[in-house]
Amino acid sequence: MSLNTPDTQVCLWTLQHPEPASLATYMANGGYEALKKILAERTPAETIIAEVKTSALRGRGGAGFPTGLKWSFMPRSFPGDKYVVCNTDEGEPGTFKDRDILRFNPHQLIEGMIIAGYTLGAVAGYNYIHGEIFAEYESWEGALEEARAAGFLGKNILGSGWNFELHAHHGYGAYICGEETALLESIEGKKGQPRFKPPFPASYGLYGKPTTINNTETLASIPWIMRHGGQAFLELGKPNNGGSKIFSISGHVNKPGNYEIPLGTPFADLLEMAGGVRTGHQLKAVIPGGSSAPVLPAEVMMACTLDFDSIAKAGSMLGSGAVIVMDDSVCMVKALERLAYFYFEESCGQCTPCREGTGWMYRIVRRIEHGKGRPEDLDELLRIGKNIGGNTICALGEAAVGPVVSFVKHFRKEFEYHIEHQKCMVGN
Amino acid sequence: MLSAHSLALIDKEVIKYPAEQKQSAVMSALRIAQIERGWLSKECIEYVATYLEMPAIAVYEVATFYNMYELAPVGRNKVTLCTNLPCQLQGADAIAAHMQAKLGIGFGETTADGRYTLKEGECMGACGHGPLCLHNNHKMHDHLTAESVDKLLDDMK
Repeated sequence: MSLNTPDTQVCLWTLQHPEPASLATYMANGGYEALKKILAERTPAETIIAEVKTSALRGRGGAGFPTGLKWSFMPRSFPGDKYVVCNTDEGEPGTFKDRDILRFNPHQLIEGMIIAGYTLGAVAGYNYIHGEIFAEYESWEGALEEARAAGFLGKNILGSGWNFELHAHHGYGAYICGEETALLESIEGKKGQPRFKPPFPASYGLYGKPTTINNTETLASIPWIMRHGGQAFLELGKPNNGGSKIFSISGHVNKPGNYEIPLGTPFADLLEMAGGVRTGHQLKAVIPGGSSAPVLPAEVMMACTLDFDSIAKAGSMLGSGAVIVMDDSVCMVKALERLAYFYFEESCGQCTPCREGTGWMYRIVRRIEHGKGRPEDLDELLRIGKNIGGNTICALGEAAVGPVVSFVKHFRKEFEYHIEHQKCMVGN
Repeated sequence: MLSAHSLALIDKEVIKYPAEQKQSAVMSALRIAQIERGWLSKECIEYVATYLEMPAIAVYEVATFYNMYELAPVGRNKVTLCTNLPCQLQGADAIAAHMQAKLGIGFGETTADGRYTLKEGECMGACGHGPLCLHNNHKMHDHLTAESVDKLLDDMK
């Protein structure tokens, strides 16, 4: 099986066609067949959930939670409205895969959300789209219109007697809304500040109703699983890591971009597909799963395969599959300064340890980078990190700590050199 | 305060949500208002609040929380450059310096003629195409080079 080809692509296979985003392309290649079959046969929800469990599909937004299990948490007997929500608030630095699903295969996401709505007993679905990608928000709304006109949305879908509506909700610049409960607050027309959990969204979600929230790539994988079977999806990847996954590779490679390859593919293969490290340079470090994932030195990363378990064993996380590649020209202090600023800027301010701690961490890294570091600064950074972790409502605080701790752990000499010599040892 | 066209667009957003949840349309309503007015004045925020039957403070909270809303006048062309790590690795710092030198302003500033505002942005979710910027929030320009930036800025009237 070759990589990044229609054989292995679950979501981006439409790129092989001249008009990848069109309804005609999608339907000519089996699109909406899974939905038609489910509605015609009135497939029981349990059967669909069992198929998703067999597939070993794990959430593609970062946490890697088993999708079938998450779906089984929805209360079946709840008498009122229920919702399904798609998280396309893709703002984790390094991640740009969900945007390509909206651009190149919008209907597979629509079909996936309709199947999810049917399975979970939802009356409506909302797709929360990242504020900075307005063109994709508009084009996805256009795809919704096509689906509505074709009878896949609205009342009495395909004569089944079942009603379901689907809408796009446009964000407007807040990284925190990628956190599922902040996203719900945002759809409700409020500041995007995360809620305490429990209660989890499956019992108290959008407008206080049971709600399931999945990532874009997760939901777009559902029609493939229902068409080809959970077992076939599982076999694309490896046990406990079913399927292919889109890896967004950026930074110092010759061909940055999205590569949809089976989970378990060696990192070295992805690097080669992306044209290798920038010509004339050596690989120095890789952030394997979006900016919140701990950084790994080159030699550790080169020994990894790209799946949830291998990356976790190496001390980081697969996260959203956003691979940020850094070559030997990178000053790790400068790189961390930019990431620390990001978390400081994006902390929603609700919890004191995160609101204050991200500011302190940023200011300390900044002074080290600008030659004003103090000998005690590295221990101070780690101490602040310890006081953030576990003391906040959501994971943003810990996401801010991950880069700080891992950069200092693996590249401590560079930080010490900066402090001692008031300059960079990399020399850029 | 807002044109019939803008109000019609807001109405299209309102009907996406349950009848008793008009507030869900507030983010879109503010976006639509900002397109028409250029920025969100206190009066404009209060107008949106009345239109959606919300307390003005609740709308103000939303307008101040999300960073693509403008609470003070900006230039006719707002250019927001992503400087986050992946874009930085792909040359965003040089693009930032080039933009600042060409326009004679720093991030967060507006040219004296009101033609340009320059802003530093966070991740726009298109890192593989960096460096990149947004023009007036809604149009993305990617694979920026000094040459493409010159043309882009010159074409903005």
